[in-house]
Amino acid sequence: MKILIAFVIVILAAAHLLLPLAPLAEARALDPGLAQLLLVELRLPRTLLVLGYGATLGISGAALQALFANPLASPDISGASSGAALGAVLGGYWLGLTQPMALAACGAAGALVAMALLVTFAGRHAGTATLLLAGLAISLAAGAATSLALALAPSPFAFYDAFDWLMGSVVDRSLPQALAALVPAALACLLLVRRARALDLLALGEDVAASLGHRPRRLGLEVILLSAIAVGACVAVAGAIGFVGLVAPVLARRITRGHPGQAMIPAGLIGAILLTLADLFVRAIALDRPLPIGVVTALFGTPIFLHLVVRMRRGVAA
Amino acid sequence: MTSLCANDLAIPGRLAATDLGVASGELVALVGPNGGGKTSLLRAIARVEQASGQVSIDGENIDRLSEARRARLLAFLPASRDAAWPISARDVIALGLGSRDRQRIDELVQLFELTRLADRPVDRLSTGERTRVLLARALASSPRLLLLDEPFSNLEPYWVLRLLEILRGLADRGPMVLVALHDLGKLDRFDRALLIAEGRVQQDGVPATLIAAPQFEDIFRLRATPGGWTIRR
Repeated sequence: MKILIAFVIVILAAAHLLLPLAPLAEARALDPGLAQLLLVELRLPRTLLVLGYGATLGISGAALQALFANPLASPDISGASSGAALGAVLGGYWLGLTQPMALAACGAAGALVAMALLVTFAGRHAGTATLLLAGLAISLAAGAATSLALALAPSPFAFYDAFDWLMGSVVDRSLPQALAALVPAALACLLLVRRARALDLLALGEDVAASLGHRPRRLGLEVILLSAIAVGACVAVAGAIGFVGLVAPVLARRITRGHPGQAMIPAGLIGAILLTLADLFVRAIALDRPLPIGVVTALFGTPIFLHLVVRMRRGVAA
Repeated sequence: MTSLCANDLAIPGRLAATDLGVASGELVALVGPNGGGKTSLLRAIARVEQASGQVSIDGENIDRLSEARRARLLAFLPASRDAAWPISARDVIALGLGSRDRQRIDELVQLFELTRLADRPVDRLSTGERTRVLLARALASSPRLLLLDEPFSNLEPYWVLRLLEILRGLADRGPMVLVALHDLGKLDRFDRALLIAEGRVQQDGVPATLIAAPQFEDIFRLRATPGGWTIRR
């Protein structure tokens, strides 16, 4: 199974990097250096972003679901993505930051504030309804605040500029931008994955985890901080992309036979696959201007989300 | 020989500073009114984050040990039987082991008669069935000390008696077993009983002596009559 997934990722990454072939071939005919430039400067950042952002969503989604013991917890539902978007807008349009790394830090700070609010309002042992409602309230508030911040921004073009990015977009990002998102995200994800065993034991209850020497409260803070950093940095560069962080862990737990902590790595791989597929889809349909990738994940993700909700309701009824 | 040494155990607002020693092979009952501190004492020994004090088993300070070593020394079954994830019973038992030891898992599946349930997800089992799976998980690493919070609740009569038998058999081979329970009728099956109320151990002794003490009736607001316990008015 693992080999199969790894194989699929390599194929998809290659396809994402090389397709469509025609422009590359044309550039190559003109000048081999031009083809290389096209590949490294334009295609590579986008491929790295979809792979890395997808993996980040999968891993942090799985970690949050394990922490909240709830299959609906995820970066988008928890409000972290919306908080990150608000943070990045404030940093970019109000503080005038332009450095990709500084914007990524603003995104992480925004995500962290949103998650802190979620834990304050809903608590860590919240039922599904409480978690969803608190997350929804935070997302709506952050969304409204983002619109307000853009509307009142010193730059009159703020809204227009930010539209594609807000919907989630990986088009025309530079290599430094991609790295500003992916380096912090990769570090945070690495630290998250190291907590797999502790998160699995958390499935038996906090006290059982504590009896084996783990520290559930500290673990909770670490998972929240690390996912906020990972998701915040990615959102600052490529906007809020929904549903991948929700769906990938659900699929991953089928591979790990329900173990929520072990599911982080497969969720990361599945997330990378899903987002790459979504972006291939974006490029495959010819429109005057590219469809934001977040729109595609939302279109495909909503039915899966509804399916999950219905299944959970049946599970509760049974 | 004292094998469990607990000093200055405390949880703010729940458990006043408590010292406790338990000898190898002792089967100890923790009884007391609701909210008196039975669970807090077990949690403090299990080293939850809020607990202060020191716990050592066979001379090893628990707090300094790796997860694998701790699992060999103690296991805790909390009162909550919640299961959030669809993990199979067999996998839950495996979580109690550092490495996946099939033979040990099979032993426990046999012991708790879980063959029919072993591959079903625990979140779909009845509470009593899940209790047996979680007990098997706690026993999996053959710990020196078992901390069981109300293990008999939700069990059918057969399993109540069977569990008493299993715990007795276990204690006879050396491990210590601490059990919080409410059914005073089971006290005579234990070597020792602790009466816990208002966040401290009020009495500690042989169950028969403990029950006979006037303080026991005071704390429980009960009276021993020939027909059994009655409410004291």
